Amino acid sequence: MVESGAMSSPAHAHLSPDAVADFALRKVTKRYNGVTALDRVSLSFAADSTTALIGGSGAGKSTVLRLLLGLDWPDDGEVSAWGQPLQRNGLLSLRQRVGYVIQEGGLFPHLTALGNLALQPRYLGWNAQRIRQRAHELAELTRLPLDALERYPAELSGGQRQRVALMRGLMADPDALLLDEPLGALDPVVRHELQDELKQIFSQLGKTVIVVTHDLAEAAWFADRLVLLREGRVVQDGRYEDLRDRPADDFVRAFIHAQRPLPGAGE
Amino acid sequence: MRGLLLALLALLPVLGVAKPLRIGSKQFTESVILAEIARGEAHRAGLDVEHRRELGGTAILWSALRHGDIDAYPEYTGTLTQELLKDVAPDADIKALRARLAPMGIGITDSLGFDDNYAIGMREQRAAELGIRRISDLAAHPDLHYGFSNEFMDRGDGWPGLRQRYGLAPTHVQGLDHALSYRALASGAVDLTDLYSTDAEIAYYHLRVLEDDRHYFPSYQAVFLYRLSLEQQAPGFVAALQGLVGKIDEPAMRRMNAQAKLEGQREADVAAHFLHLPSEGQGDGFWQRLLQRTAEHVSLAASSLALAVLFAIPLGIVAARWRRLGLWVIGLTGVLQTVPSLAMFVFMIPLFGIGAWPALAALFLYSLLPIVRNTHAGLLGIPLELRESAAALGLPWLTRLHRVELPLAARSILAGIKTASVINVGTATLAALIGAGGYGQPILTGIRLNDVGLILEGAVPAALLAILVQLLFEGVERWLTPRGLRIVARE
Repeated sequence: MVESGAMSSPAHAHLSPDAVADFALRKVTKRYNGVTALDRVSLSFAADSTTALIGGSGAGKSTVLRLLLGLDWPDDGEVSAWGQPLQRNGLLSLRQRVGYVIQEGGLFPHLTALGNLALQPRYLGWNAQRIRQRAHELAELTRLPLDALERYPAELSGGQRQRVALMRGLMADPDALLLDEPLGALDPVVRHELQDELKQIFSQLGKTVIVVTHDLAEAAWFADRLVLLREGRVVQDGRYEDLRDRPADDFVRAFIHAQRPLPGAGE
Repeated sequence: MRGLLLALLALLPVLGVAKPLRIGSKQFTESVILAEIARGEAHRAGLDVEHRRELGGTAILWSALRHGDIDAYPEYTGTLTQELLKDVAPDADIKALRARLAPMGIGITDSLGFDDNYAIGMREQRAAELGIRRISDLAAHPDLHYGFSNEFMDRGDGWPGLRQRYGLAPTHVQGLDHALSYRALASGAVDLTDLYSTDAEIAYYHLRVLEDDRHYFPSYQAVFLYRLSLEQQAPGFVAALQGLVGKIDEPAMRRMNAQAKLEGQREADVAAHFLHLPSEGQGDGFWQRLLQRTAEHVSLAASSLALAVLFAIPLGIVAARWRRLGLWVIGLTGVLQTVPSLAMFVFMIPLFGIGAWPALAALFLYSLLPIVRNTHAGLLGIPLELRESAAALGLPWLTRLHRVELPLAARSILAGIKTASVINVGTATLAALIGAGGYGQPILTGIRLNDVGLILEGAVPAALLAILVQLLFEGVERWLTPRGLRIVARE
C-alpha cells in the first residue's frame, strides 16, 4: 500500500525534493481523544505548488492544515515549514507568512469587512491608507464590490463573505495559502463561479497553495497534485489522471466513481 | 484640579488628628437613646461626640470598639457574660467584668441604674385576678396560655431552663413572633409572654412584670463600655459617662422608650428632655435627607462596582485562559457570594473599621462573581472557529483579546456587570448596619420603630434606583454592542 510515499510517486518527478519544500510532515501521528486523525503521515509541499487534500469526512485532511499552522501539535513525528521544525515561540511569524481560509470564512461579526481585513496589517504596523489600498487591490482581484467593504459580515452574501475571508488571508501578501473547504458552505451556482475565480487567483498569485476539499472535481479543477486520505493515511498521491487510470486500491476506484464529473473537468 | 488635590492632601494630617469622639449604638431604640444621652452629657461638658447610630448587632459594636472604630457604646452585663466574654462566670458582677475587660483595653462604667432583663409579663388585670406576683406563683395555674417569642422558646437560657427552674408544667405553650406577642397578650389570646423589662409596651398595655424570685434570668445591667485609652486622651468624656451612673432608673428608661417608640419622638429629643437640655431643633428636611442618602447609596454602589469591574474582568480573562486556575477563581468568588451579608460586614470591620469602607469592600466582593463568571463564560462561548481564525492571523494573545475576544464577549460581560450593579444597589441597603448610611438607614430605623412611612422612605428610592440602574445599563449595552452583532445574518 502507498502509505507515505508522497515524494516517491513517479508522476511527480518534477516536484522539488524535501530541501526546498515549503511545508513537510514527517511520520506525523495525531490523535483526538484517542481517535487517530493522522497515522504516520509523511507529506511535503513544494514552493509555489498547488495541492488538493481530498477524502471523506474524518480522513484527516483538515488536521494537516491545523498542524502546519500550529493550531494543533502532533503526538508523534515532526512538522516543519520552510525547513524549520515548528516551534511554539515562532508561531506568530509563521502564521503571518501563511493565509488561512476556512469554511464559512470565520469572519469576526463585530467588525466590518474592512475591519476584518485591517486586523492583521494594523498589528504589523501598516497605516490606514496602505491598508485601504491593499484592500481595494484585493477587492479587484476577488471581484468584491467596494461598498461591501463597509458592511458587516451579517450584511454580506455567502459568496461575499468567502471572498472577504480570502482577502483577509491575502492581506499581508503571505508566502502560502491554506484553504479548508473554502467553498463548502456555498450554493452550487456561486460555488461554481468562485471555483473559476479561485483557480485564476491561484495561478496569478504564484504562491504555495494547499486546499482541502471533499469534492474530487473541485480538487482536480484547482490542483495538479491530489492527495487522497482515508482514515488518517495517504492512500494515493498524484495527478487526477493517475488516480483515475491507476487507482492504488479499490477505495480510490470507488472514490473516483462515487463522484459525478463536472462538465469540462478531467478532459 | 491640581490645586484642589493639593488642598486635599494638605488637609489629610488635620483630618487624621481632629478625629471626633464616636459613640455607637445598636439597632434598637433603647441603645440609640442611651447613646444620645451620652452624647448630650458630653456636649454639656463641652465635648463634641459623633453618634454612629444603629450599627447592626452586638457583634458589630463589640468588634468596632475593640478595633478603635468607636470609642464607647451602651451594653448590658448579661451580654458580656453570656455572649462576648468566654470563661466568665454567668453571674459575674461589674467589678469582675472590669478586671476581665481591662487587659483588652476596654473600660466599663457602673450600672446606669436599670436592668433590661428577660422577664415574664401578664396583663395587670388578669394577674391581679389570679393573684400572681412572682413567676413561682405560675406553678399553681397550669391551665394558663403561654405564648413565647420563637427565640425565647429555643434558647437554652429561655423557656426550657425557666420551666425546669420553676417546675412549670403548663398545658398550652405556643411560639409567636415577638412583634405579635404584645398584641396577642393584649387581645387575651395568650395569658403571659416573655418581654424585656424596659419595653415601652409594658406601660402601654398595662402589663405586670412578674418577679423572678428564683433568680433564673441573668442580670442585664445597663453600662457603657469605652476604650480605656480615653482616660488619658479624653478624660472629660469618660467623666461624662461615669456621670450617668445610677441616673437612669427602670421607669425612666421605660418612659423614654415609650416616647421614642410609641409617641414617635426623635431619640435626640427624648435624650435632651431627660438631661434637661434644650432640644436641638428639627433634623434635616425630607429632601435634604433623601439627597444625602442618595449620595451615600449611589457612591457606595457605584464605587464598589467600578472597583469590581476593574478586578473581575481580568480575573475572568485569567480564568478563561488557564482553565484549571479558572476553576479555583470561579469557585472562590462563588464561596464569597455565599457568605451572609451581615457576616461579611462583621469580617470587614477588623480590616476597614466601620462606615463606608467596609461596606465598599463587602459590596466589591459580592460584585465579583457575576462579572467574573460572565467574562469567563463570554470568552469561552466564542465559537472555536473565530478564536482560531484570530490565532491563524498570527496575532499575539493580547491583540486577539483586545480586538476580537473581548468585543465578542462584551454582551455577556455587560450582562454580568448589570447583574452585579442591581445586586449592589440592593445589598447596599444593608450597609447601614455598619454605619455606611444610604437608603438602608431609614429602613432600619423604620423597622425598629415599626414606622412604615420611614421604611418606605428608604425602600422606594432603593427600588427606583435599581430600576434606573437597569435602564442605564441597557442603554450602555445598546451603545457598546457593535452593530455587526446586533443585526441578524442574511441567508
